[in-house]
Amino acid sequence: MANFTPLSAAIGGALIGLSSVLLMLLTGRIAGISGIFAGLLNIRSEDKAWRIAFIAGLILVPVVAGWIGYGMAAPKLPASWVVIVAAGLLVGFGTRLGGGCTSGHGICGIGRFSVRSITATIVFMVTAVVTVAVTHHMLGG
Amino acid sequence: MAIIAPLICGLIFGAGLLISGMVQPTKVLGFLDIFGAWDPSLAVVMAAALAVAAPGFMLAHNRPRPVLAARYFWPGKSEIDAPLVFGAGLFGIGWGLVGLCPGPALESLATLSPGVVVFVAAMAEGMVVYDLWQASRPVIRRDSPLVSAADG
Repeated sequence: MANFTPLSAAIGGALIGLSSVLLMLLTGRIAGISGIFAGLLNIRSEDKAWRIAFIAGLILVPVVAGWIGYGMAAPKLPASWVVIVAAGLLVGFGTRLGGGCTSGHGICGIGRFSVRSITATIVFMVTAVVTVAVTHHMLGG
Repeated sequence: MAIIAPLICGLIFGAGLLISGMVQPTKVLGFLDIFGAWDPSLAVVMAAALAVAAPGFMLAHNRPRPVLAARYFWPGKSEIDAPLVFGAGLFGIGWGLVGLCPGPALESLATLSPGVVVFVAAMAEGMVVYDLWQASRPVIRRDSPLVSAADG
């Protein structure tokens, strides 16, 4: 557990929880990122302005952090483009079919004690752990 | 205010992801890799987020309406069904392959990393494919076609 960073994890987590609560108290919306993003892509959805504003806020954070000297390193991703594209497709399709992701189900849903969200979170945690076990340990990646 | 509020919420959410390290796939994979050098940080992030979110949502439930909107958009479904389980399963596989879920993926666009841009494009494609698939199905029992009816 050499990489364990409990303090920054707790501070960051509290901010994520605060953001979810504020969005609900102020605008009545669930801070589920996959749902917010999907609503931008859906031509039938008419409420795009708040979605754009929220996602703009997300993207602005590393930019502002860079200005004050805490620039974000580019994420380390697998070398294979096929893996990146497959993972993106699975995350996009899966979050729509399942109605949410780590934020919508994992934070907002469990925060409301939703049985659906608790179920979804257990399922995606287990499949993600199995996927990492297979790709990192069984396939020797 | 209708635009400022979600913008500020996005900034706070993004700051949380950045400070906690969850924008980095290596950090997330460190949590998911329970057979390797396990890093429990993600569990602390979730616990801290829930410690704030649970009482906050209770507060929202007890207020008649949001400050800046006419009504709350609480998710409507309550039963566990096959799409929920299959969808979460597919999402977990994709998450485990790369270590990116939608929030960190969108936030990482700021780094202009080509891998992230490709990942987000594929993620958008997956969402559009889902919408097209839903639209092409005969309407047997569509609980609610509104995007806001999803869980998150």
